[in-house]
Amino acid sequence: MSGETERLSVREAIRSALREELLRDDDVFIMGQDEEDGGSFEVTAGLHDEFGFDRVRNTPISEAAQIGSGVGAAATGLRPVVNLSFSDFIGVCYDQVMNQAGKTRYMFGGASSVPMTIRAIEGAGLNAAAQHSGTVHSMVSHLPGIKAVAPGTPEAAKGLMKSAIRSDDPVVFFENKTIYERRGEVPVDDEFTVPLGEASVEQEGDDVTVVATQRLLGEALAATREFDDLGIEVIDPRSLYPLDTDTIVDSVEKTGRLVVADESPLSYGFHAEVFARSAEDAFWHLDAPLQRVGVPDTPIPFSPAQEDEVVPDADDVRRAIERTL
Amino acid sequence: MPQLDLDSADDRRNALRKMLLIREFENRVSERFADNEIPGFVHLSQGQEAVAVGACGALDGDDYVTSTHRAHGHSLAKGLEADRLMAELYGKEAGYCGGRGGSMHVADLDTGMLGAQPIVGASVPLGTGAALTADLRDEDWMAIAFCGDGSTAAGQVHEAINLAATWGLPIAFVIENNQYSEGMVFDEQHNIEDLADMAGSYGIPGEIVDGQDVEAVNDVVTDARERALAGDGPTLIEAKTYRYRGHFEGDEEPYRSEDEVEEWQREHDPIDNYRERLLEEGVIDEATFEELRESVVEEIDAAVQFARDADEPDPDDAYDDVFAEPVDDVDRFRDRLRADGGGE
Repeated sequence: MSGETERLSVREAIRSALREELLRDDDVFIMGQDEEDGGSFEVTAGLHDEFGFDRVRNTPISEAAQIGSGVGAAATGLRPVVNLSFSDFIGVCYDQVMNQAGKTRYMFGGASSVPMTIRAIEGAGLNAAAQHSGTVHSMVSHLPGIKAVAPGTPEAAKGLMKSAIRSDDPVVFFENKTIYERRGEVPVDDEFTVPLGEASVEQEGDDVTVVATQRLLGEALAATREFDDLGIEVIDPRSLYPLDTDTIVDSVEKTGRLVVADESPLSYGFHAEVFARSAEDAFWHLDAPLQRVGVPDTPIPFSPAQEDEVVPDADDVRRAIERTL
Repeated sequence: MPQLDLDSADDRRNALRKMLLIREFENRVSERFADNEIPGFVHLSQGQEAVAVGACGALDGDDYVTSTHRAHGHSLAKGLEADRLMAELYGKEAGYCGGRGGSMHVADLDTGMLGAQPIVGASVPLGTGAALTADLRDEDWMAIAFCGDGSTAAGQVHEAINLAATWGLPIAFVIENNQYSEGMVFDEQHNIEDLADMAGSYGIPGEIVDGQDVEAVNDVVTDARERALAGDGPTLIEAKTYRYRGHFEGDEEPYRSEDEVEEWQREHDPIDNYRERLLEEGVIDEATFEELRESVVEEIDAAVQFARDADEPDPDDAYDDVFAEPVDDVDRFRDRLRADGGGE
């Protein structure tokens, strides 16, 4: 990273990106439940006071209308940032994401764009039980016409939020609620962005590749410290779709060993997608069975004892790395 | 300026002609579909022409409409050309969406047609979003969200009307109550007689209008537009109407009798009744009507020929327009799909 930086939390990084884009472009506006009071987890705190109701507004508890009207506003020239709040709520507006946001441009032969950002808050670890703890990004990344990002660092959070808002495509921005206080250096530059579809190699190594997202990026980095003699490359994909296949495949070709750590349920998810692309493009370089770390296909339980059981951490990543050796 | 001024004789003739155009367009769609010339699914709006023409006639070119799976009438009434619309139904490159959308997904933003939406109810949040754009930018235009009686049983419709009402957005919700939701009769679907009564629960005006009377529809939408542009918020309009064809072409319609359909065609046809009225009031004579009818037939003949002659879209273009800013992934999978074996 070159140039001046500041130390921000993920929460501050997202807020800073939103603020800069509100200042930069009059077409950008924010809507969601309680957004005038800082919204979920205080991410938008202060923005309503600074920008007023036209730019930062509360909505009724109407996710279908929030996303559906966001598509209509985007198709007619605005750049809405719609806060869905907990990502589990996507169930009540999946049509508007899948059939409206994702397909509008294509169906209409390119006649309209949908420059909309949808914020969705994911992740277990706060004992919030099954309907406020989910990680749903695999089923969104699966949808044609939708871009999806899930940053693991403050730098990626800020740079991707700015890219999402500036993008002429619908982008679902997934925030893991347990890393809002994760801190890191972020460039001080209004024009700093992270391109959609560009992974970051967070740690270089020649022996094992670990692709890790969101909270599990931090857990994976911690896990690697237990292997003194092993070079472990840790990649934050940052964007889920488009996926930076080349960075991942290049790494797997080098290491021959791959672990994917992501908090999604394991079946039919992000892990499988990374495996498939690695198998397609780096099959002859693989030296060990692929290993995945995620939630073993359960909803998230409430009881702290049970939540700790199913939600993976650094120790699970460590054992997955060992299984590749 | 609204598209039609129904105080003027010329525009009354134009309104009649537009209804004839929609009727003839859909006659031909029905025939060409039955002959397997038009692929896919089509849903016709015959019987409901006065709602489309009356409502869109109250709009200016800058106003937007969102529509349903039954969108041919709204599209033609808003100003789309019959030839490019027909070409879209044929899946041809010259169609409004390059053949990508077909009958159920027609859009032309230049004309203010923001899109047909065959997910029942989806037109309502979409139109609400357009009205939000008008509101936030302080624009001098409004939106109409067309929807059917069936859609008023869908949650997103209520969410969006409540949102628009709460924010006072410039929009009119025009519910075309054609009395059938797919193959289900109105009474099976609703516990109220008049859907306009819903307006009270959003705190907005609700109007009932005879959907077979183009001038009555035009009047009520004109008033709604004035309210919208004055900043007085949305209006909910229930147009009582009837569809002559099945839910879809090919529907055997076990849910209603031929007598019922024939009675509506005989007693309440929006075109016949308006023709009689304009004849009685001396706005047209029989010869003028014949000229209108013949000009419409010629226009649709030409539209069908245009659609038949138009090029098929390039199959390679199926990979375009997924995104405004294309991604490598789509191309990567396309190339993989096409790759032969026997490589490295």
